[in-house]
Amino acid sequence: MNFDFSDDQKHLKSEARRFLAAHCTMTTVRGVLNDDAQSYDETLWKAVAAQGWLGAAIPEEHGGLGLGRMELCVIAEELGRALAPIPFASTIYMLAEALMIAGSDEQKADLLPKIAAGEVIGCLATVEGPGVLGAAVIKASVEGGRLTGEKLPVSDGDIATVALVLAREAGQIGLFLVDLTGPGVERKTLKTLDPTRSAAKLTFKGAPAQRVGGAGEGLDITQAVNDRAAVLLAFEQIGGADRALEMAKDYALSRYAFGRPIGSYQAIKHKLADIYIKNELARSNAYYGAWALDTGAAELPLAAAAARVSACEASWFAAKENLQTHGGIGFTWEMDCHLFYRRSQQLGLVVGAAKQWKERLVSQLERRNAA
Amino acid sequence: MDFNDTPEEAAYRAKARAWLEANAPARGERPRGEEFSMAESKSWQAKKADAGFACITWPKEWGGPGGQGWQSQIFGQEEANYPTPGNPFTIGLGMCVPTIMTSGAEADKQRFVGPALRGEEIWCQLFSEPSGGSDVAGARTRAVLADDGSGDWIINGQKVWTSGAQYSDFGIVIVRTDPNVPKHKGLTMFWIDMKDPAIDVRPIHQMSGASGFNEVYFTDLRVKDSQRIGAVGDGWRVSIVTLMNERNAIGGASSQHRQVMDLAANLATLTGIGIKDAALREKIADWYVQAEGLRFTRLRTQTALSRGQTPGPEASIGKVVSAPLMQDLANTALELEDQYGIISDPAYAPLSAMFQAALLSAPGMRIAGGTDEILRNIIAERVLGLPQDVRLDKDVAFRDIPSGR
Repeated sequence: MNFDFSDDQKHLKSEARRFLAAHCTMTTVRGVLNDDAQSYDETLWKAVAAQGWLGAAIPEEHGGLGLGRMELCVIAEELGRALAPIPFASTIYMLAEALMIAGSDEQKADLLPKIAAGEVIGCLATVEGPGVLGAAVIKASVEGGRLTGEKLPVSDGDIATVALVLAREAGQIGLFLVDLTGPGVERKTLKTLDPTRSAAKLTFKGAPAQRVGGAGEGLDITQAVNDRAAVLLAFEQIGGADRALEMAKDYALSRYAFGRPIGSYQAIKHKLADIYIKNELARSNAYYGAWALDTGAAELPLAAAAARVSACEASWFAAKENLQTHGGIGFTWEMDCHLFYRRSQQLGLVVGAAKQWKERLVSQLERRNAA
Repeated sequence: MDFNDTPEEAAYRAKARAWLEANAPARGERPRGEEFSMAESKSWQAKKADAGFACITWPKEWGGPGGQGWQSQIFGQEEANYPTPGNPFTIGLGMCVPTIMTSGAEADKQRFVGPALRGEEIWCQLFSEPSGGSDVAGARTRAVLADDGSGDWIINGQKVWTSGAQYSDFGIVIVRTDPNVPKHKGLTMFWIDMKDPAIDVRPIHQMSGASGFNEVYFTDLRVKDSQRIGAVGDGWRVSIVTLMNERNAIGGASSQHRQVMDLAANLATLTGIGIKDAALREKIADWYVQAEGLRFTRLRTQTALSRGQTPGPEASIGKVVSAPLMQDLANTALELEDQYGIISDPAYAPLSAMFQAALLSAPGMRIAGGTDEILRNIIAERVLGLPQDVRLDKDVAFRDIPSGR
């Protein structure tokens, strides 16, 4: 039995923490928060590329380090802990994973080395309006290799160079690669809950589009990508939730009310114990997700759903109760509580809300019980 | 990560399996849950002890096998596959005897460890009192030195919630030897002979209908000073060892969400078949991630053990998650049964009334071995390092502490 990360993976994790402590401080995060013209921190993005993290799970033949998904999980946890304002998830969990799942040899050979080198920023453009994503709501369409339609919100859509777009073609829904620096693309940065992570409205007017995977496989590939992303995002969520717990604990120890530290009141102690409990449950579920992701196990859809449901619960609870523990000061722009609160919502919605993943989890359970 | 055994673990598992196959009652031989006699339990424990599979981590010095934590885990997993006799030894072997091994006199270790290990003698733990369960250090049972100069102690008072007192041979008891100092400083621990006529054991009729616990009354119980475990006044420190062992021992996860799913698949709601109910499905997902979260947390603990490391504090979340989970699950299942849910007769209620039984035993789960609230305090103080609450009883002589009566 070995249900833990290896010493090498733990070493990578502590290296990542050290690196981000130096290169991604709260000043870095606030640089993006406070500047409407800045959608991400380009310096950090380049530094992360130079660390080799973008290519961690990309095979060596395509310019990556050829490590496993476990390594990606430890990096994800640290990025979440640092609230890194970079398009890592969109580029790595979405674009790179989609190409590795369904890309042709040419597509992989063309894009994966550029992703590993930090030359490409990716995004996944699926949603067109409020409500759950499904075949019925997709209006974007491809005809004669040209894409027309609107997608919003697209995480990192305003800074991405390549998009994967869910669209109809000849009555079937496929996933299409679009060069966002090419013709027929308009983009507009959207105001979002978490300004430290950007999103855009993409409008396509006859943009050249190339299908990834088979005709009619668009939704299945998207789900497979989301399963993988759910596990990796769970680690980001846990990283943030653990940091939020530390903030709450530090504040509860230093803040006095009625003549004693507020951390000595059971109302605060029990709240913080509950954050700890949810964080540990989420971590254990995420570890199983990591195992399923890394080994390509058939259990991945169920493991990913459990990791996501548990991480969404922990992340939201830690973020909101950390702010609450801080009282009035926690509601100010200057305190960092709201950054975790905002990021928790961003991460909690980006591949679909926990409510939808709970349904997916139970459907998977029904399937397993019937087998 | 790898769910498979290492070669060393696999070899040990094979050895354990082979021994169980040859010695344990065969699977299917008798239905699970059927009452075993005490003689059968004792004989099974003796067999395990002879083969080196009882108290695997106990040191050789005291007749233990001197094995590793991971070996104990593996044997436990394998033993669970057989319909082995019930285990009345858990409290003695998990809490009482380890306390003696840590803090007891040399002669006590010589006398008690071996027979307990082999299941020849059974132990109970006498801590909680009517005036305090969570506040164990507030114990009021008194021990005073006998006035005959013998050095013996005379114990008077009452303990409560004592599991197995009715069949135990010995017990460890925490008593107040000095009411004139603050409460934590005036406690002392003794071992006692449960067959002494000065001890009166009365079963507690629990709300679930069962009687697993007892009240224990002491009327002028005389004990030798040599029965003391640790120094006079040091009982609280000694008992911490016992309590930590208790909290680690309790709290398995329930996978009864599966039974709720089966139940709901066949029951109607206003909007159709039960399992299609969106609110129920959300609850099933919540239960599943809690139960699986606990299962995987145990695997993390097991991994630390197998690497020879001390498990992290995450092991402390078990019971505080599993007990309320069981209560919520039972309540939801009864809601599904709707008006029929009031029937607790196994002959009529679905799944032999398992959810009715769970509903009635869940309150005990949330209290025994540390209430939900005490467990949260422990996580907050020991894991997160938050300060203790203000204590009105801390620097006050015990006799001056307000008791509300």
